[in-house]
Amino acid sequence: MPDQALRHLKVIELCSLVTGPYCTKLLADFGAEVIKIEPPVIGDCARRRGPFLHDMPDPELSGLFLHLNTNKFSITLDVTTRTGKDILKELIKQANIFIEDNPPRVMQKQELTYSDLERLNPRLVMTSITPFGQTGPYSDYKAYELNSHHAGGEGYLLPIHSDDPDREPVKPGGIAGDCVCGLSAALATLTAAYAMVETGVGQHIDVSKQDVLMSLVQHHVCTFANLGEVHNRLAKGFLMVLPMECQDGYIIITVVSNREWQGLVECMGSPSWALDEKYLSWANRHWYADEINPRVQAWVRQFKKDELSHKLQAKGVAAVPVNTAEDLAQSAQLQERGFFADIDHALAGTLRYPTAAYQFSRTPWKAMRPAPLLGQHNELVYCNRLGFGKEQLMKLREAGVI
Amino acid sequence: MNRTALQGIRVADFTWLWAGAYATGLLALMGAEVIKIESMTAVDQTRVMSFTIGKAFEGVENSYVFNAINLNKLSVKLNLKKPQAVDLAKRIAQTSDVVAENMRPGTMERLGLGYNVLKELKPDIIMLSSSAFGGKGPFRTYGGYAPSFACASGLANLTGYRDRTPNPMTGSTDLMAAITGAFALVMALNYRQQTGLGQYIDLSSVESQAILAGDALMEYLMNGRVQYRDGNRNRIMVPHNCYRCRGDDKWVSIAVSTPEEWNYFCEVLGNPSWTRDERFADAYERWKNQEELDRLVTAWTLNYTHYEVTDMLQKAGVAAMPSLSNEEIVNDPHFKQRGVSNTVEHPIMGKVSVFGVPWHFSKTPIKITKAAPVMGESNDYVFRELLGLSSSEISRLVDEGVIY
Repeated sequence: MPDQALRHLKVIELCSLVTGPYCTKLLADFGAEVIKIEPPVIGDCARRRGPFLHDMPDPELSGLFLHLNTNKFSITLDVTTRTGKDILKELIKQANIFIEDNPPRVMQKQELTYSDLERLNPRLVMTSITPFGQTGPYSDYKAYELNSHHAGGEGYLLPIHSDDPDREPVKPGGIAGDCVCGLSAALATLTAAYAMVETGVGQHIDVSKQDVLMSLVQHHVCTFANLGEVHNRLAKGFLMVLPMECQDGYIIITVVSNREWQGLVECMGSPSWALDEKYLSWANRHWYADEINPRVQAWVRQFKKDELSHKLQAKGVAAVPVNTAEDLAQSAQLQERGFFADIDHALAGTLRYPTAAYQFSRTPWKAMRPAPLLGQHNELVYCNRLGFGKEQLMKLREAGVI
Repeated sequence: MNRTALQGIRVADFTWLWAGAYATGLLALMGAEVIKIESMTAVDQTRVMSFTIGKAFEGVENSYVFNAINLNKLSVKLNLKKPQAVDLAKRIAQTSDVVAENMRPGTMERLGLGYNVLKELKPDIIMLSSSAFGGKGPFRTYGGYAPSFACASGLANLTGYRDRTPNPMTGSTDLMAAITGAFALVMALNYRQQTGLGQYIDLSSVESQAILAGDALMEYLMNGRVQYRDGNRNRIMVPHNCYRCRGDDKWVSIAVSTPEEWNYFCEVLGNPSWTRDERFADAYERWKNQEELDRLVTAWTLNYTHYEVTDMLQKAGVAAMPSLSNEEIVNDPHFKQRGVSNTVEHPIMGKVSVFGVPWHFSKTPIKITKAAPVMGESNDYVFRELLGLSSSEISRLVDEGVIY
């Protein structure tokens, strides 16, 4: 039995930067054959984004690219040329899944819409990932992750419990938003792939990053839709919502139930102020948060974040340190779960990479190959798969198609 | 094609809270029959309150928050403290394709519903256990809520103003864990479809978000450098921020990446002389002098509404978008046309607005068939029709407090 869950899937990726490549990485890491199509010479623009190994910009040494493209094959192809488009169509004919992230009007102009491709391969699952989706007045709008977060509604709410109404709303950190959109696209794609085997028919999936990011704050959207309440990022005096300062960083202590509250009180050595019966309901603890928060903070300050987290968790309180990338890289928990793995790359050497959050009993995460060099698999795909001769490949290269 | 994508898949759903319930909620939206197994001794907290939004609800059937993430599900009410109830739960699992739960690691085993037991009854069962830190490792028994995941995963450290505390975000992190769980389940369904084999999935919510900050992890793993929060700033793009506009607390996000985009941007502003200033001559100079640049951009955006700025810049090929509030999202023309929002008829609450459709399938569209279940509303369907119990057996079990 194959020990990779998606060995049966052949995927063509026509994407750049984070969202689309993260989507196909999730499939490639579990055995799907992902052929990544990159523009000749320049490649995926993630190759030009940092962080770079030893801070030396090089298209083969971008940590962002190396992480987002593990287990994939790379070919170069200019799909705006006639020949390039024909080759792309031939690849799509042989594939199960096609994932792309181009503006809808570009795909229309290039005659690469789902209705064009469905005729070539009726079992094809095609996923289009765009900032605002295939329909609606903003469908051709441009957006980077910053804009998507603010379009999706979480940006306006951050930082939560801000103490300064004059400061700007901010996006969630890092590339998390783009990655969640890629994850959602991967979920939708695999669901359609499942349905394709059941029914023999493929389909088109329209993933709008705005819609996905909105779904993450749907409770706020629903609050306005149902109650007419408008939310913003300003402080609301809730109980221990923000991390508290320790000796060596921050900790967040989340107390919801009375049992958790009592665990915290016990840990604090049951000071008399905390024994007040008025604190014995969730609603009251919020009501009196301005009394409670500074007192807990004063107590928290004497500890180190990991030490206090263990102490409170032993009493059943959800207390967790605010971790940095360094903390995670050194976490005994992540190490024991095998969250990091070493992968060897021809130019970057052996580096540690984060793997995945899920552990499958039969089909574990696997690094079969590192992220590809630009066009590394041209011969493999063009000659072995599509049957081009070596001479032909050379000509296509000279013509700038490959 | 008149069917849903996951038609014919049945899920025995022991999940609760957002991180668990939305994972199976997504499967329910895509057509799986999801049977939520509920108990009065451990009521899903989202039925009675939402600490993210700061709301308590009357009773257990008045939460629009619970409703939003449990659409299309069924519900049975069992007292899992009684052995007969555990037997019934096993029989539900036996007729299911998937079992999902997000209790503290070890709880399902203690209840007699662990993977090893269920696998004996249904060899190809797929089971997802989702927990704060995962089912293995020294922290396996540690608990956590959405803000805990944001903090432990490293996302909070990357979110907020540079001179303020790390920010734990809005509760969205729970839903990130949920989407991850749904993805893992559908992957396992694909594998079972090919091989006939089920399996067990152990998911860590904290890791589900740590992996989303892969670039920050790579930066540390490669170069030993730790990234910290810095508002809206980007490692190279400038302008890349929210700028105040006309109106009360109105902001527009603007991101400029390429030299062409910078030229388009300057044109829209009418090429004022400062745009030719040496301090903004190239991407590096703009990055170095971004605070000054942000002030100059704000002096321009203040004259317009956030929608006006967006319109002008988008027409010129520059990425811009208002920072939308929940009110503005609901009233936005694009949102309305995308059909992501819906209303459902709830037996107790009446008409309730829900979000519903995070992406569109062309041939197996997501359908909201019903509101989230009232506790125990599917007792009759599940115990009589699915498990084949007689009416007298059911009423005996109700009398004995096995079925509520």
